[in-house]
Amino acid sequence: MDVVVCLKRVPDTEIRVRFADGATMIEPEGIKYIVSPYDEFALEAALRTAEASGEGRVTVMTLGDESSQETLRTALAVGADAAVLLHGSVTMDGLATAKALAAELKTRDEPLVLFGVKAGDDDQQQVGPMVATLLNRPCATNVTSFEVRERVVRCDRDVEGGTEVVELDLPAVVTLTKGDFELRYASLRGIMAAKRKPLEAKDADRPEGRLTVARLAHPPESAEGRIIGDGPEAVPELVRLLRDEAKVL
Amino acid sequence: MADVLAITERRGGKIRPGAHEVIAAAASVAVGLGGATHALVLGGIGVGDEVSHLGSFGADLVRVGEDAALETVVPETYAVVIAEAVHSHGYAAVLFAATALGKDLAPRVAALLDVPLASDVTRAEVEDGRLFCERPIYGGKVIARIEFEASPAVLSLRPNAFGTNGSQAGGRVERLVVAVPEAVRSRVVGFRAAESGSVDVSEASVIVSGGRGMKSAENWNVLEDLRDALGPQTALGASRAVVDAGWRPHGEQVGQTGKTVSPTLYFAIGISGAIQHLAGMRTSKIIVAINKDPDAPIFAIADYGIVGDAFEILPALTAQIEQLRSES
Repeated sequence: MDVVVCLKRVPDTEIRVRFADGATMIEPEGIKYIVSPYDEFALEAALRTAEASGEGRVTVMTLGDESSQETLRTALAVGADAAVLLHGSVTMDGLATAKALAAELKTRDEPLVLFGVKAGDDDQQQVGPMVATLLNRPCATNVTSFEVRERVVRCDRDVEGGTEVVELDLPAVVTLTKGDFELRYASLRGIMAAKRKPLEAKDADRPEGRLTVARLAHPPESAEGRIIGDGPEAVPELVRLLRDEAKVL
Repeated sequence: MADVLAITERRGGKIRPGAHEVIAAAASVAVGLGGATHALVLGGIGVGDEVSHLGSFGADLVRVGEDAALETVVPETYAVVIAEAVHSHGYAAVLFAATALGKDLAPRVAALLDVPLASDVTRAEVEDGRLFCERPIYGGKVIARIEFEASPAVLSLRPNAFGTNGSQAGGRVERLVVAVPEAVRSRVVGFRAAESGSVDVSEASVIVSGGRGMKSAENWNVLEDLRDALGPQTALGASRAVVDAGWRPHGEQVGQTGKTVSPTLYFAIGISGAIQHLAGMRTSKIIVAINKDPDAPIFAIADYGIVGDAFEILPALTAQIEQLRSES
């Protein structure tokens, strides 16, 4: 079965953030970028689905600027067969992103579209189900594993207090979170092969964003790393502080 | 219209406690916008009888949609019903809880209404008649202040970040006529309950989290003892290293690729404090760190730290908290 995986290029989790443009964006200079960690789960799930069906093709797709080519090439090196780069800006407005992706997906006929449950940078957790709604397809979010049986995909969703099992009729959209499987990484051979795999670039059909960042700020310094003592002798003081100062006991 | 709608959640035949928080936040936004606070409750036949008390959480009007097709929460169906309720009344803002369900429903509702969504918001306020919200990005390293350029504003609120208002106001209850979609292509076919305690880590007001410093899965009993002493609203959490090692289930993982939590009190036991862990818990109100290594990064964000062996410190802590509880 053919699968599309929508990916996002995001700053590495470990970066130090500096602000630019009147503190409405982060300074992009000197930042290392990665494939959003949740999208790696989606890619792995897609590769497994294609392999299980014997003749599936995995296409990776992203909305972004020219630098997102690198993200797509990484996914091709890991094992995807083809890539689509939609040229356009990505902002906090997930619906604008979803519209650009949905416009492209409408022209394609893969029965399964996968996303990471959220992007590692703005943590919005919304583009997947928005795309599903725009395409009028069923969707399951926060899925740890799924299985395709004929025209149905059966998903395990991680919800409060347990696992919910949901069945979707294909075509469908699924967003992935961490599951009980190992990720594969790019081999040297994969990296070489990726250079010859098809990467199609085109302009995105993306509307203006309507969710604006008025200002970015560092979180308030909550604590100054207050070490109150060593070993069990410090316990009475901790309990006193929790009760009388923090008032949380 | 300046009215604000709070979407409430039910589970196991009951309104979830987090609904009070969403209604309280909706009420505060509604005051700023000069509108009324409405709460929406959807469910199967008989749900109307459960909710007569809901007005006392601060909603002026509780709108109840009752239909056999709403007995099980199928987001595909719920999203259509919610979007229609929002559209027909013309709300200024719609608030969800950023629970597993809320994070699934809100994007669908926003897409159906053709408006953007601000997810996992930690603060919402009205200034000069305009709604702003704040939400953490880049794993909590940055707080973004967001403005909406479309109406209604749709938000999902991080659980425990807003609190309740203790309102005793009594609202009216009104039946909402719902038209459920017929061709539904998704079905909830089962649920497997997690083995660990009753409160999920993402909803708990107190969390006891263990890391690699706990040395083995068998040692979790000392964390369970502390959890039990702290009361029923306490959940266990875990670092990624511990989940990757198979000591604890993924459902307990806090941090990036796990859950984002915002409890009143967070205990980090034997957790060094990698950035990906901090991403999931740094908005906790009070953070207590217990670690052998005085240079562990977790101490830099902890309100209170104790350096030392968790296996010596925890039994003493548990005993003192038990004593405190028995006195009160």
